[in-house]
Amino acid sequence: MERELRLMKGNEAVAEAAIRAGADGYFGYPITPQSEIIEYLMEANPCVTTGMVVLQAESEVAAINMVYGGAGCGKKVMTTSSSPGISLMQEGITYIAGAELPCLIVNVVRGGPGLGTIQPAQSDYFQAVKGGGHGDYHLIVLAPASVQEMADFVGLGFELAFKYRNPAMILSDGAIGQMMEKVWLSPQKERSKKVPEWATTGKPENRKRNIITSLELDPDRQEAFNQKLVAKYNEIREKEVRLEEYQCEDAEYLLVAYGTSARVCQKAVQLAREQGIKAGLLRPITLFPFPSKRILELSDRIKMALAVEMSAGQMVEDVMLAVNGKVPVYHYGRMGGIVPTPDEVVENLKERIIGG
Amino acid sequence: MKEVTGTKEYIKPENLVYRKSSLLTDDIMHYCPGCGHSTTHRILAEVIEEEGIVHDVIGISPVGCSVFIYNYIDIDWQEAAHGRAPALATAIKRLLPDKYVFTYQGDGDLAAIGTAETIHSCNRGENILIIFINNGIYGMTGGQMAPTTLPGMKSSTSPYGRDVSTMGNPLKITDIVATLPGTCYVTRQSVHSPVNVRRTKKAIRKAFQYQKLNRGTCFIEIVSNCPSGWKMTPVQANKWMEENMFPYYPLGDLKVPEEKQGDQPKTE
Repeated sequence: MERELRLMKGNEAVAEAAIRAGADGYFGYPITPQSEIIEYLMEANPCVTTGMVVLQAESEVAAINMVYGGAGCGKKVMTTSSSPGISLMQEGITYIAGAELPCLIVNVVRGGPGLGTIQPAQSDYFQAVKGGGHGDYHLIVLAPASVQEMADFVGLGFELAFKYRNPAMILSDGAIGQMMEKVWLSPQKERSKKVPEWATTGKPENRKRNIITSLELDPDRQEAFNQKLVAKYNEIREKEVRLEEYQCEDAEYLLVAYGTSARVCQKAVQLAREQGIKAGLLRPITLFPFPSKRILELSDRIKMALAVEMSAGQMVEDVMLAVNGKVPVYHYGRMGGIVPTPDEVVENLKERIIGG
Repeated sequence: MKEVTGTKEYIKPENLVYRKSSLLTDDIMHYCPGCGHSTTHRILAEVIEEEGIVHDVIGISPVGCSVFIYNYIDIDWQEAAHGRAPALATAIKRLLPDKYVFTYQGDGDLAAIGTAETIHSCNRGENILIIFINNGIYGMTGGQMAPTTLPGMKSSTSPYGRDVSTMGNPLKITDIVATLPGTCYVTRQSVHSPVNVRRTKKAIRKAFQYQKLNRGTCFIEIVSNCPSGWKMTPVQANKWMEENMFPYYPLGDLKVPEEKQGDQPKTE
């Protein structure tokens, strides 16, 4: 299969990209607004083309534990869900992080708390970047802002997950999952035949048994393991930050936004500049690791930062930590499945400028 | 260990009547005296060794007393979250269909927190073996009531005895999975006497042979004891088990596969 241009929904792009990335297994449970992913995979039936296993589990709890089992065999495995389902998966995710296994999890976020709404939101930021389940751990978190990035981040997510033996998450939202755009799809990759040395595939004569576990009762050894994880997260912070800047060169007012909000803010920057306000946009592409260093650099020459999120104010805390008190940091958010308009963002920015 | 005077001269190959399976590691098992886990571990290791599948077998350990089974049997292992072993086993078997995959789970793990995973793996007919140790109590956490605790039986969370009107009835999950078309071989055994040990070992062997033939889920319940949790000596515990557990959980096959030409596993 060659590189190919198609018009697709973000969810469909994830499914097609997974097949083309040479994924070995997908385990999922239907939930709005991302059910197209499993539907697309079931219809595409990659088990007859690439040999990829696609299975509808009895729950999100089972799905993530299937991912855990498959990841322990060194396979490229993934699951997708939306907010309430991702909450159910937190147990499995912390075990996967604790056993240092690679996998890909996609969260097509909807508004909460509870059953909430099926409309897009960015209210799972804390859960995604601060750990989510119990214990000290981090996921590698990628935030797509287009259907193209929904497709591209599947391959990238797997690559980073295997590089660091760490679960990776694509933190999307209902808007990007549902909207259609043109997307360039990569050529078909072959499924890897390589077996990592830590994988459980049946113990051959020439190696010791492999044990996939996150259990260590001895506090000294557990702490040593925790320190190993900390070192890994620091390396990820050092090497894997990805971001995009839009009109930041001479910006006095910095908007910080990811995903759908970043698309809105790009238009808001244009509108603000038409009114003579020197605004710029920093779009974090990786939410963990967060582009704190770059935000701190920019804070030397801006007057204010405004975090725009479809939440009550979550990423804004990381912006504040990055800025470290150098300039005022504000938050503008809409919730409950409402996407802010560029005009609203500009109005809010102007109020802050006058007020500040 | 102190050498017993005069034994050395008897330790010769021609005098060997029984030896430890080479798959059992030298780690000292943490189980209480009289507990059925160590016997079950031994016969499981023996079957894997005797069937010659050690290089092709992956075990899933549970959360419960047997969480550390991976320290004792020298094969590849994955340690599951509480109750989720059949979900891991499902994916492993689907991704590595030529390997032998089994779970080893207790009653709290399999019949309480993992009920959904148990039922649905069996219902999908996953080609895995589920070994289910039922001793009617949560051993590791200190003797709390399990889904299989008998009516009237005392535990630390049913100190006046299990009152079925408020605490529910013991769950015969093995009987439930036997009704599902996905299961191929469902049996209930024990390991408290030599004859029962032999029967259980035979059941485990048959289950691995059925797995090779892709016949569906094999499910072996082993009704066992918990001397510490039951607050009895090992001898008392086995007697109590015979008198109280076996009437409620009768031993024997619940489901055996229909014979197909040429695919019936060989017996001992």
